Amino acid sequence: MRKWSLVRWAGVIAGLAAAPGAWAADWNMPKGVTPVSHQTYELHMFAIWMMVGIAVVVFGAMTWSIIFHRRSRRPEASQFHENLKFEVAWTIAPFLILVALAIPSTLVLLKVQNYHHAQLRIRITGYQWLWKYEYLSPAAKPLYGFYSRIALASEERMNLDSKKSPWTDKHYLQDVNHPLVVPTHEKVLLLITSGDVIHSWWVPDFGEKQDAIPGFVTQMWINVDKPGVYRGVCNQICGAGHAYMPIVVVAKPKTEFDQWLHSHERGAQPVAVNTVKSAPALVAEGSK
Amino acid sequence: MSSEMTAAHGHADAHHGPAKGIMRWITTTNHKDIGTLYLVFSLIMLFVGGAMAMVIRSELAEPGLQVVDPAFFNEMMTLHGLIMIFGVLMPALVGFANWMVPMQIGAPDMALPRLNNWSFWLLVAGMTMLISTLVMPGGAPAMGWTMYAPQVEQTPYAFPFMIFAVHLMGISSILGSINIISTILNLRAPDMKLLKMPLFVWTWFVTAFLLIAIMPVLAGGVTMLLFDRFFGTSFFNAAGGGSPILWQHVFWFFGHPEVYVMILPAFGIISEVIPTFSRKPLFGYTAMVYATASIAFVSFVVWAHHMFTSGMPTAAELFFMYSTMFIAIPTGIKIFNWVATMWRGSLTFETPMLFAIGFLFLFTIGGFSGVMLALVPADLQYHNSYFVVAHFHYVLVGGTLMALFAGVYYWLPKWTGHMYNEALGKWHFWLSVISFNVLFFPQHFLGLAGMPRRVPDYALQFADLNLLSSIGGFVFGVTQLIFLYNVIRTVYRGKKATDRVWEGAHGLEWTVPSPAPYHTFEDAPDVP
Repeated sequence: MRKWSLVRWAGVIAGLAAAPGAWAADWNMPKGVTPVSHQTYELHMFAIWMMVGIAVVVFGAMTWSIIFHRRSRRPEASQFHENLKFEVAWTIAPFLILVALAIPSTLVLLKVQNYHHAQLRIRITGYQWLWKYEYLSPAAKPLYGFYSRIALASEERMNLDSKKSPWTDKHYLQDVNHPLVVPTHEKVLLLITSGDVIHSWWVPDFGEKQDAIPGFVTQMWINVDKPGVYRGVCNQICGAGHAYMPIVVVAKPKTEFDQWLHSHERGAQPVAVNTVKSAPALVAEGSK
Repeated sequence: MSSEMTAAHGHADAHHGPAKGIMRWITTTNHKDIGTLYLVFSLIMLFVGGAMAMVIRSELAEPGLQVVDPAFFNEMMTLHGLIMIFGVLMPALVGFANWMVPMQIGAPDMALPRLNNWSFWLLVAGMTMLISTLVMPGGAPAMGWTMYAPQVEQTPYAFPFMIFAVHLMGISSILGSINIISTILNLRAPDMKLLKMPLFVWTWFVTAFLLIAIMPVLAGGVTMLLFDRFFGTSFFNAAGGGSPILWQHVFWFFGHPEVYVMILPAFGIISEVIPTFSRKPLFGYTAMVYATASIAFVSFVVWAHHMFTSGMPTAAELFFMYSTMFIAIPTGIKIFNWVATMWRGSLTFETPMLFAIGFLFLFTIGGFSGVMLALVPADLQYHNSYFVVAHFHYVLVGGTLMALFAGVYYWLPKWTGHMYNEALGKWHFWLSVISFNVLFFPQHFLGLAGMPRRVPDYALQFADLNLLSSIGGFVFGVTQLIFLYNVIRTVYRGKKATDRVWEGAHGLEWTVPSPAPYHTFEDAPDVP
C-alpha cells in the first residue's frame, strides 16, 4: 500500500516536472525545419541563458541589498560613493559579454544572407490581404502561380457578427485555400515583394521573416529538412485585414514536388497569374 | 534662509501673484503652474490612452471578434501609442522639468516664461486635434504610431490633421527644449557648477538636445508625406521613383532617439529617489553623467535596428547590430551604479523607493530583451512579434511610467504641502507591479510562439496567454484609479508635509517650504 502511494507520488512529481518542459517548448521560439532556423534557435537560447546569468547577478545583488541593507538591520548607511575600479570593471565585463554574443550572431547572419546556389526560385507578392506565389524558371519567367487567401472556414468565423465560433475551426486564421508547396532538401530562394503597402512574410519554422515592400525585392532562402505543413502570418500591419492573410507552406519530398509542379505546368492554364477574368467566368466559378 | 523666503513670498504676492480664476491657468508664465498643467494634462491623457488599451485588451481576451471591428481596433492601437508617447510620457517628464529644474538649480523660473506657456498650449492644441480624428469620416489614423508609408497614405480625412498635430506637438517639444537648455545654462545659482547639478537636471539637459535634434527630422518627414499625398511628389512612392524605405529611415532617425527622450529623464528621477531612501550619496555621479551623454550620442547611430527585416545589406545589418549592442554598456553602468548606491545603505521602502526598485527590476528585464533584439538573426524571428510588444512595454511602462510614479510620490509633498496616503501608495505599487507582469510577461512567450503584433484576432493556440494578459491588463488599468484618488486626496488634504519631507533628501528643492511658494529663489541661494 505504502509502496503504491510512493509510486503514485513519484508519478505526480515527475508529471509536474515534465509539464513545464512541454509547456516551455510550446512557448519558445520553434527549432524549426531549416538550417537558418536551427542556428537562430541556438543563438536565441544562448542569448537567453546569458541574460539569465546576468539577471542572477544583478537581481541577486539588489535582493541582497533589499534584505540585508534595510534600516532595521543597518541603521547607519555607509557613505562611499565612487570607486574607479568598479566603474572600469562593470564597463569591461558587459563589453566582453556583448562580444561573446556578437560573434555567433555575425556568423549566423552571414549564413542567413548567403543567397547563392538556389535550386528553385519562388516570387512572393503581398497584397491587401492575400499572397501571390509564382514559381520562376531559371530565366525568371513565371512557370506557375496562384493566389493564396484565407480559408473559407476562418472567413465564416472571423467577423463581429459571425454565427460560428472560432473554436470550431482547428486552424482558425491559419489556413488558406491554396498553400505554397516547396520541395524538401533543396535550397529554395524566396523573392519577396508587394503590390500595394508593406507586408512581411513570416513562417516561424523557417527561422526568419522578410518585409514585402513595394518597389523592392527582399530575399530569404529555405532548405526544409522535414516534409510537413508549416504555418505563418503577415507580420507587418497592412490595414484592416492584417490578421487575415495567413501563410501555409506544404513541404513535399522532391519527387512528389516535381510531380505536383509539372501537373500544374501542363494544365489548361499554365500561368494563372495576373489574368483578369471576365465577369461571367467569375460568376460561374463562384457558383460552383 | 526660511525667513528670507517668507519675505520674498510676501513680496511676490503683492506684485505678481497668480491671476484669479481660470485665467491663472491660461495666461500663467509661472514654472510651477505650467509644470502642474503639464502633469495634470498627462494624467488625463493616461486615462484616455489607458481606456484605449482596455479596448485593445478586451478584444484580444479571446479568439474571434467580440468588441470592435478590425479597422477601429487599428485606430485604438495607433492612438494608444501616439497618446501614451506624446500625451503622457513626454508631457509628464516636461512637467517634472518645469517644476524641478528651476528649483534644483536655484533659479527663480524658467528662462523663457512666455514661451513656456506657449509650449504647453500648443501641445494641448496638437493632442486635441489628434484625438478629434476619431470622429472624422473614415476614422482616426490606423497604421500604428510609426506611420509607415505607403500604408499611411490610405488614411482618409484624418491624414492632414494627424500631420498638423505632429507639427504642433513637435514645435511644442522644440520650444520646451530650448527653454530647458537656456534655463540650465543661464539661470543656475552662482555656485551650481555643471558637475554639481542633480542628475535629474543633467538628464533633462541631454534630453533637450536630443529633442532639438530629432523633432525637425520628424517634422520634415511628415511634411514629405503631406507633399506625397496632396502635391504630387513621390518621396515614398515606389511607382514614382521614391522609396518606402526612406520613410523608415527618416522616421527611425527620429524614433530611436525619441525612446531615449522618454527614458533619460526617468533615469534622472530614479537617480534622485534611490540615494534619498538609501541614505547614501549617488554612487558614481560622474560616470552617470558620462553614461547619459554617451547613450544620447550613440542613440543617433542605431536607428536601423528597427529595420533589420527590410532587406538591408550585410554590412549595414552588422553596423547597426554592433552599435545597438554598444548602448547596453552605458545603460548597464547606470544599473550597476544604482545597485551600488543601494549597497550597504540604510534602506527604507516608502512608496517612491518601491517604485524606484520596481523600475530597476522591470527596466532591466526590458534591457535584456533589448539586447536579444539587437542580435540580427534572432531579431529576424522576434521582429514585429509580441516579443517586441513585451520589450517596449517593459521599458516604457515598467521603466518610464514606474519612474514617473516614483517621482510623483517623491515630490508631491513638496508640490502640495501634504503627505500622500502611504497605505494607498503601497497598494498602488504592489497591484501595479504584479498586474504589470501578468499583463506583459506572457507576451514574450506569445511573440516567440509566433503571434504578430497589431492584430485584432489570433489563432487558437495563443488563446490562454492572451486571456491571462488581458486579466493583468484590466487589473493594471483599475489599479491606476487608486493613484488618481491618492493624488486628488493629497492635493486637498493629508498630513502636513515638512520642508525636507524625506530625512535622506538633499538638494535645493528641499530648502524651500512645503508647499513650495509661488516664487522661489528670487535671490540666488547658496549651494552647499
